[in-house]
Amino acid sequence: MRFIFKTNYDQDINIVRHNGDRISYGLLVAAMIIIPFFIDDFYLGELSYVFILAIAGIGLMILSGYTGLASLGHAAFLGVGAYTHAFLLTNGIPFYYSIIIAVVVSFFVGAAIGFPILRLTGMYLAIATLAFGFIAEHIFIRWEHFTGGNRGMVVPTPEFGGISFYDSATFYYVCLISLIASMFAAINILRSPTGRAFVAIRDSEIAAQSLGVNIARYKALSFAISAGFTGLAGALLAHYIGYLAPDIFNIFFSLTLLLLIVVGGMGSLHGTIYGAIFVGSLPQMIAIGRDYLPSSIGSQPGLEPLLFGLILVLFILYEPLGIYGRWLKIKLFFEMFPTYKKQTFKKQKTFTKSDRV
Amino acid sequence: MSLIQLLIDGIASGCIYGLVALGFVLIYKATETINFAQGDILMLGAFVAFSLIGVFELPYILGFLLTVLIIGSFGFALDTVVIRQVIGQPPFATVMLTIGLGFVFRGFASIFWGTDIYSFATPFSGKITEFNGLIISYVNLSIIIGTMVLMTGLYLFFTLSKIGVAMRASSENQLAAYYMGIPVKLIFSLIWAISAGVAAVAGVLLAPITLVDTSISLIGLKAFAAAVLGGFGSIPGAIVGGIIIGVVEQLCGTYENYLFEGIREISAYLVLLLVLIIYPRGLFSDKAEVKKV
Repeated sequence: MRFIFKTNYDQDINIVRHNGDRISYGLLVAAMIIIPFFIDDFYLGELSYVFILAIAGIGLMILSGYTGLASLGHAAFLGVGAYTHAFLLTNGIPFYYSIIIAVVVSFFVGAAIGFPILRLTGMYLAIATLAFGFIAEHIFIRWEHFTGGNRGMVVPTPEFGGISFYDSATFYYVCLISLIASMFAAINILRSPTGRAFVAIRDSEIAAQSLGVNIARYKALSFAISAGFTGLAGALLAHYIGYLAPDIFNIFFSLTLLLLIVVGGMGSLHGTIYGAIFVGSLPQMIAIGRDYLPSSIGSQPGLEPLLFGLILVLFILYEPLGIYGRWLKIKLFFEMFPTYKKQTFKKQKTFTKSDRV
Repeated sequence: MSLIQLLIDGIASGCIYGLVALGFVLIYKATETINFAQGDILMLGAFVAFSLIGVFELPYILGFLLTVLIIGSFGFALDTVVIRQVIGQPPFATVMLTIGLGFVFRGFASIFWGTDIYSFATPFSGKITEFNGLIISYVNLSIIIGTMVLMTGLYLFFTLSKIGVAMRASSENQLAAYYMGIPVKLIFSLIWAISAGVAAVAGVLLAPITLVDTSISLIGLKAFAAAVLGGFGSIPGAIVGGIIIGVVEQLCGTYENYLFEGIREISAYLVLLLVLIIYPRGLFSDKAEVKKV
């Protein structure tokens, strides 16, 4: 087991805790930078998609994992980001400005939605975001001037000094840089007073309030920041898909994002990466699994939702901390070796909490 | 089409929303969890009824009762095996759990019954009656009467029977009920059974109108509007809320040209958001105020 000796107050807020982390994350980034030279375009595209999912996951993780608010309509913000970006590009705005404007627009849409509905608590909030998701999907269909409606909308291909964006290596690097930047931004938000306020709200609203946290304001801020990240993911997703249709941003996508953070591990940024890898490779895994099943089951279209739901249920019941939680347990097991106790991670049993009081 | 005609159609579809919302309300009142899979249970009910009545050709009433029984025991098992494990955890866990279960049910239904759209003959299909120039279909009539009968039955059950009173006691105060010797766990499972049974009734009544396929589970989401409008936690509120939503939807559909195109499909969600923002305690709430920050 590693003990970190604190010789400096700054160590408490360091982003990387010790040299071991520095080496492993450095190696990871280096590997990600040289990987396009070794694998073919298909896998590069898949990897870019995983990065995009991870960015959206960071957004939702800030909201659900760190502030404790469930959003069942987050695909709407992906849609806002994607459509804003595509619309601006079509009208000749350069890529860099366009993507920044997309993030800003998503941020403000998030704030505008967040202020009225985040005054609600618990279940009411989940229901309200669900309704918002449906209404947003409908607006994407009906606002034809802006979104092209059901006919869809072609996303223009920007160029970087003569290299087309659809060269998959270029797109890969754009996604990688966006992911690293988002991760860095998220870590910094979460270790700032703002992020601490989010975590305080998640753990106990009453305690947070009595320590002077303005709950309504911070909840709306969390929603807006989350929408901003998701908007960035949406803008990149627009390029990945290439052709926007409103039914991409449906409730199923919102639930996929929730699956991502639950499977990855609630309340950890590592979890978004694990979850993104999981969700990104799920269709392939199902496709491979189909071959091994008897054809009467394997060829059914209902298999996908069934597995989707089953994974969600099993994780909630048996591993609420997700893949990252499992990794922590394994790590602790070896660090503590003969003295590992299961109780370290035991769920606390409680009576039904009432919000009727 | 006259206004009264519209109202009747709206009330009929509203009764279905009301029944589904009733399922939410029963479970919420007792366990403070919201069952996002309610619509999917309704869908299972419709499919089971289709198998019993359409395929095995049981008489309608017998098939109906058997469906309610099967789905009711399914709800009981669901609570005993799965839902009970997450009681007391943050609301997020139950929301995700029931959403996941909904997907499992939908996936199961499309594997077991296939993706075809079925219809089965009921004694009400295709018959209409005329009354003062109003055309009322037997299907709508069966929905309205069925809802009324069910509501009366549930009202009597909750006020007169011993189990019903025990259920109200456990919703009121879990701990106190437990000290009084009420088997709270069993009661909760029974509430899940009733709630699933009510969803099954809604499914069977609805089947002649919408036909049977996996997409009818979306009704569960619209029924949230009914439950919230009625003030989550009130049984008559759920039905009244459902009827209002049904009528609003019908009116929006008819006057679509004056409003904007496509408003019918989202009218329920619009009402839901407006109620939550402006008047979140709903029409019939027994609570003084919904907690706000």
